[in-house]
Amino acid sequence: MKATINGRAHELPGELTVAALLELLGSPTSGVAVARNDRVVRHSEYSSDVVREGDRLEIIQAVAGG
Amino acid sequence: MGQERLASARVLVIGAGGLGSPALQYLAAAGVGRIGIVDDDAVDDTNLQRQTIFSTGDLGRNKAEVAVERLRGLNPLVAYDPIALRFAADNARELVRLYDLALDCTDRFSTRYLINDACVLEGRADVYGSIFRFDGQVSVFGAAGGPCYRCLYPEAPPPESTPTCAEGGVLGALAGIVGAWQASEALKVLLGIGDPLIGRLALVDSLLARVREVRFERDRDCALCGDHAAIVSIEREAYEGTPPATGVPELDAERLDDALREAILLDVREPHEAVLGSIDGALRIPASQLEARMSELDSAARYVVACRVGAKSLWAVRRLREAGFTRLTHLRGGLLAYAARHAEFEFF
Repeated sequence: MKATINGRAHELPGELTVAALLELLGSPTSGVAVARNDRVVRHSEYSSDVVREGDRLEIIQAVAGG
Repeated sequence: MGQERLASARVLVIGAGGLGSPALQYLAAAGVGRIGIVDDDAVDDTNLQRQTIFSTGDLGRNKAEVAVERLRGLNPLVAYDPIALRFAADNARELVRLYDLALDCTDRFSTRYLINDACVLEGRADVYGSIFRFDGQVSVFGAAGGPCYRCLYPEAPPPESTPTCAEGGVLGALAGIVGAWQASEALKVLLGIGDPLIGRLALVDSLLARVREVRFERDRDCALCGDHAAIVSIEREAYEGTPPATGVPELDAERLDDALREAILLDVREPHEAVLGSIDGALRIPASQLEARMSELDSAARYVVACRVGAKSLWAVRRLREAGFTRLTHLRGGLLAYAARHAEFEFF
């Protein structure tokens, strides 16, 4: 299944939840926001929100510099 | 009309650094009636690359006070409140309450959560900007009906993965872009014009010269602004810089020389940070190589573990403890805190 992650095309094993996607990518869940098709997925929905074919994902790292 | 409205507005700028410098200049020039500036820090020469409100003649002086001097020259009609304090749990709500909105121009996660929480609890908008290396983020939290920082990031990242601008570097001009954008959002909110970044996060990528936007909503499970909020007041323990340093003995920088009579300094700074200078006899193992080079350490020896500012060393202490090392002390505030007390130790 194809999906775009941070602007790059990726081949994913199939439909998976946002939580599973982060695990697959080895990303922590804290300090991160995930947007699917330009909408941020609520953290409470990481285990239920499903990534589908053609989705555009942004994995956004919180930064604190100022 | 707009000008009169601005003249009666009060804005609190928290952090007079890379973001605060441009934000303050545009807010003062626009004629905001009262501007409070919170910063307990002194101007350092490593700041000048991005903190353009300061000059070489200001080194060592308090940032809030210097900023007010500069801004008076720019617009003497504004009332300025230099607040040379750390924005902390015991003053956060009082300070925020005195102004109509706040700009978060700080440089650490714990303060960002504190600003967000104080603003939501006091019903003030939090105009947020943050930068790191080549990336910036801008949003408006805590506006009536809008989401907050915790809706977007319920938790801060683990401390070892979060170098500061001083450690990781930042493109100075990016601070200008993001800080000026914060001023623009603040003016829009005060004037009630346009479409502020409420429920929208702007992502600035200065390398690709691209700005993207994602939308986010109030999270009904948010610990602060959700339907069953767990955070109803500001409790100091919730905003300690680094989460539970459970039982790691800490050493104050002024006691380092004494401690090193019986212990070895384990310096875990990355090579690019070591321009600061080093201490004779120190063992240098960058945090990124610690796993691979642990065999060079003697578990019977005493070590004082230090990095540049004290975040990576805390991580290193935890990791070494897991590996069975017991005689470890952590240098609080890192080698910067030590350097501040030793003129011969050179800043870069």
